[in-house]
Amino acid sequence: MKISYYPGCTLKSHAKNFEDSAIASMAELGIELEELPRWNCCGTVFSLASDDLMRHLAPIRILLRTREQGSDSLVTLCAMCYHTLKLSNLRVKENPDELEKLNNMMYKEEITYDGKASVYHLLTLLKEEVGFQTVRERITVDLGDLKVAPYYGCLLLRPQEVSIDPNMESPTIMSEFIEALGAVPVEFPHQTECCGAYLTVCERDLVAERSHEILESARRAGADIILTSCPLCQFNLDDRQKEIKKKYPEFEEIPVLYFTQLLALAMGLDEAALRFDLNWVDPLTILENKHVSAAKEAGSK
Amino acid sequence: MEVSVKTVRSPFVKKVAEISGQNLGACYQCGKCSAGCPSADRMDNVPSQFIKLIQLGMEDEVRKSNTPWVCLTCFVCTVRCPKGIDIASIMEAARLVQSRDRDNVDHFEVRSLGATLDEKLPPIAVVSCFRKHTAG
Repeated sequence: MKISYYPGCTLKSHAKNFEDSAIASMAELGIELEELPRWNCCGTVFSLASDDLMRHLAPIRILLRTREQGSDSLVTLCAMCYHTLKLSNLRVKENPDELEKLNNMMYKEEITYDGKASVYHLLTLLKEEVGFQTVRERITVDLGDLKVAPYYGCLLLRPQEVSIDPNMESPTIMSEFIEALGAVPVEFPHQTECCGAYLTVCERDLVAERSHEILESARRAGADIILTSCPLCQFNLDDRQKEIKKKYPEFEEIPVLYFTQLLALAMGLDEAALRFDLNWVDPLTILENKHVSAAKEAGSK
Repeated sequence: MEVSVKTVRSPFVKKVAEISGQNLGACYQCGKCSAGCPSADRMDNVPSQFIKLIQLGMEDEVRKSNTPWVCLTCFVCTVRCPKGIDIASIMEAARLVQSRDRDNVDHFEVRSLGATLDEKLPPIAVVSCFRKHTAG
């Protein structure tokens, strides 16, 4: 099965470990993520202004590209891209006059956007198209009693229209995924709390405090590692541990992986797919302590 | 600041309502937004107080408040409001009425990034911060 894939800017740079692990593990599951041949930045945040149509041009152009590729489904990995594309799509579907204006702005395009693309997040695709049972059958590495905290953040769940789980206040989709991989999910009170988002640029202290609270909450729940699906959450929870350590010297580092990295690990894929080199906190030590056998092999390659 | 029919019906209040697309009068101050807000401890006015300031047309106080600038647009307030008010959109409108001003000074000075950029921030962090905190 092939599906149109929109990477977005960060998957090609900072979060290459997210993309590489996703493409490799989806290929193992028989799904080809077919990157749009041409794409632009989605704008990263969905404009909440009623009068600012221009802000929706970028995401709608990406949906036009999806149709141009002959597809009616688009999958994304980045939670910010997912949120922006999904909400802009809903907005123009509900407002045909706005869609017409946007199409008029894109008059140099060969086709117009007909509003007929659907936006999916990879976790939804894994659950609904592949099925967690199928994922379970493909697991070759015993993750033993590795305790994994699912961290959703904001943009996969809120508002309700974008939620990848029917229960946005108490979601379980990531726990089901972790269970399918053979690890132990540990839910924790801060799993849907904001990490501080873009204020990481101008209010670093605020983000260090937010991340510290979230990481300690996961640790108190017994987590060995944390799973995320957003490159901004990953940066704030992982790289910002440097700031946390400066502020709280007794703080102990905790690895933060993309959910696709754990999937690749559980399916026995090599370092080219795992890309742990791009995670600031190295997960290999904890994986070795937990006797996750493939970790050693992959790490030594 | 004096509160009067004039301030309550001021162009400022109308503009915030127009940009956000929200019925500001629907808020009855239950405080659920403030209770769930992860940034509330850093705000000089928690979200429900901030909405009250707008309802009353207290423009100077709204402009001075750091509330919309430490808002993370995490949508917790929006999904929990029992009156169905999209509070995240009100915060957006409060930022925009200021950044669209003729004599606007961006809340975030892009030039100040300098050294921070060296640490290779993810592109989504930089773009989203600019989108929320500058007129660009």
